[in-house]
Amino acid sequence: MSNMDKYVSKTVQAIPPSGIRKFFDLVSQMEGVISLGVGEPDFVTPWHIREACFYSLEHGYTMYTSNQGLIELREEIALYMRRHIGVNYSPENQILVTVGVSEAVDLALRAIIEPGDEVLVPEPSYVSYSPGASLAYGIPVAVETFAEDEYRIRPDMLEKAITPKSKVLILAYPNNPTGGIMRKEDLEPLVEIIIKNDLIVISDEIYSELTYNGEHASIASLPGMKERTIVFNGFSKAFAMTGWRIGYACGHPDLIGAMTKIHQYTIMCAPIMAQKAALEALRHGETEMRKMVENYNYRRKIMVSGFREIGMQCFEPQGAFYAFPSIVCTGMNSEEFSEKLIMEEKVAVVPGNAFGAMGNGHVRCCYAASVADIEQALDRIGSFLSRHRKG
Amino acid sequence: MELEKKMLKILEHDAKISPKTMATMLDEEEAHIREVLAHLEKERYILGYNAVVNWDRFGENGVEAMIEVKVTPAREVGFNGVAERISRFPEVRSVYLMSGTYDLSVVVTADTMKEIALFVSHKLSTLDEVQSTVTHFILKRYKQDNFIFESPQEDRRLVVSP
Repeated sequence: MSNMDKYVSKTVQAIPPSGIRKFFDLVSQMEGVISLGVGEPDFVTPWHIREACFYSLEHGYTMYTSNQGLIELREEIALYMRRHIGVNYSPENQILVTVGVSEAVDLALRAIIEPGDEVLVPEPSYVSYSPGASLAYGIPVAVETFAEDEYRIRPDMLEKAITPKSKVLILAYPNNPTGGIMRKEDLEPLVEIIIKNDLIVISDEIYSELTYNGEHASIASLPGMKERTIVFNGFSKAFAMTGWRIGYACGHPDLIGAMTKIHQYTIMCAPIMAQKAALEALRHGETEMRKMVENYNYRRKIMVSGFREIGMQCFEPQGAFYAFPSIVCTGMNSEEFSEKLIMEEKVAVVPGNAFGAMGNGHVRCCYAASVADIEQALDRIGSFLSRHRKG
Repeated sequence: MELEKKMLKILEHDAKISPKTMATMLDEEEAHIREVLAHLEKERYILGYNAVVNWDRFGENGVEAMIEVKVTPAREVGFNGVAERISRFPEVRSVYLMSGTYDLSVVVTADTMKEIALFVSHKLSTLDEVQSTVTHFILKRYKQDNFIFESPQEDRRLVVSP
């Protein structure tokens, strides 16, 4: 086959391949693997939500919806945001229903970024933000966060990363991969810096329901921040609906309007079946959601105390469903550790550097797995460590 | 009380959780969890532990029936006297007092239909308080105590994802 690389745009060529993809190829060929490498709930979508989708299909709801999403869904989202983060959004022009938060973040970056604008991305963080910024011709700039700060953004580190070209700050808390959260008192010192530097905040709060000690705090609820924050949430994690690809963005009408412009030409609308299911989730899904969260919390404790028992340093994650233990005691880097662990013990974890250079020296372990699997995996990691521990 | 309730909820869902794991889940000492567990068992908050077995897989063809029983309640003991009496038969798995057109729902298991027929005609119907019985044989079990018999819930997720 002839080489067609030269036809691929330079922007796309410059984006590094996903560190997770490579690892996936390695793991997916093996049998008997316990995977702590997943990034989604181990629950199947609650039955009443699936059933609501069947019902809508039976009744012929198979058409386009308005570009912004079904008005009744946007109304439910408005009510939900009011009780969840205490911020009011108008269903008319401040809420956009999207194909997952992934689409929404892409829309926001494209709607806001001029070529050359800098996008502040905390590191470690989810894999999409930096490529998303690059695809919008922006320049991703890392804001370093550290295990000793429980991966919260420190005001001084934020200021250090800001330049006159900074335009957008991405917040993603509770955080994938670290499980770190930003409490209200951690967000407050950032507000002044954000306003002084005239930044727009893209706040991906997809894991916000999965906050274990205390309430989730959204930066949009702080004085002066609602206007300059776009909040993103969806159904994938809290309602175990990853495959439905349904999320939403809430923010100022001008920004949501700009995002809607791109959305209407590129996507048209989120699938109606997923929207109908999402409506059911918001209307009747909270009890079941709370049960799932309680269940994650139990397993969070089992995993973290397990790591400590086998002598792995691990700060206590307060959100999402990941632990991010340190592997420095082995003297290996994250990729080496993860590859050896899968080969020798058949336990899959995700190397921390897949989430940015700051993630090196750590691995991401998802506790959305059965208690039996978590305990078995901890045993295997324990025996792995006993062979490879240095000093 | 709150702790006891949480423990009971966990065990109701999965009785095999070890006291050590449960201690971690609930931020308690393992020794304390063991103490509370002993108390719950002694005071019969927990009556026992059993497995939900799919005997069909084993090729066993036991028979199970739900029997609607109409009874005459007795002075002072109401329905309890006869219900407790019925409960003592070893072939009786469960006994419930029901609202509606009959009084007691009695679940009976045996090796053959004939054994159940004999139980109804010889033991149950002959009780003084029993007015009438209607026996329904269970043809197939789809779900029992939270467990669905067919379609094991396999993990269909990608092994690694962002």
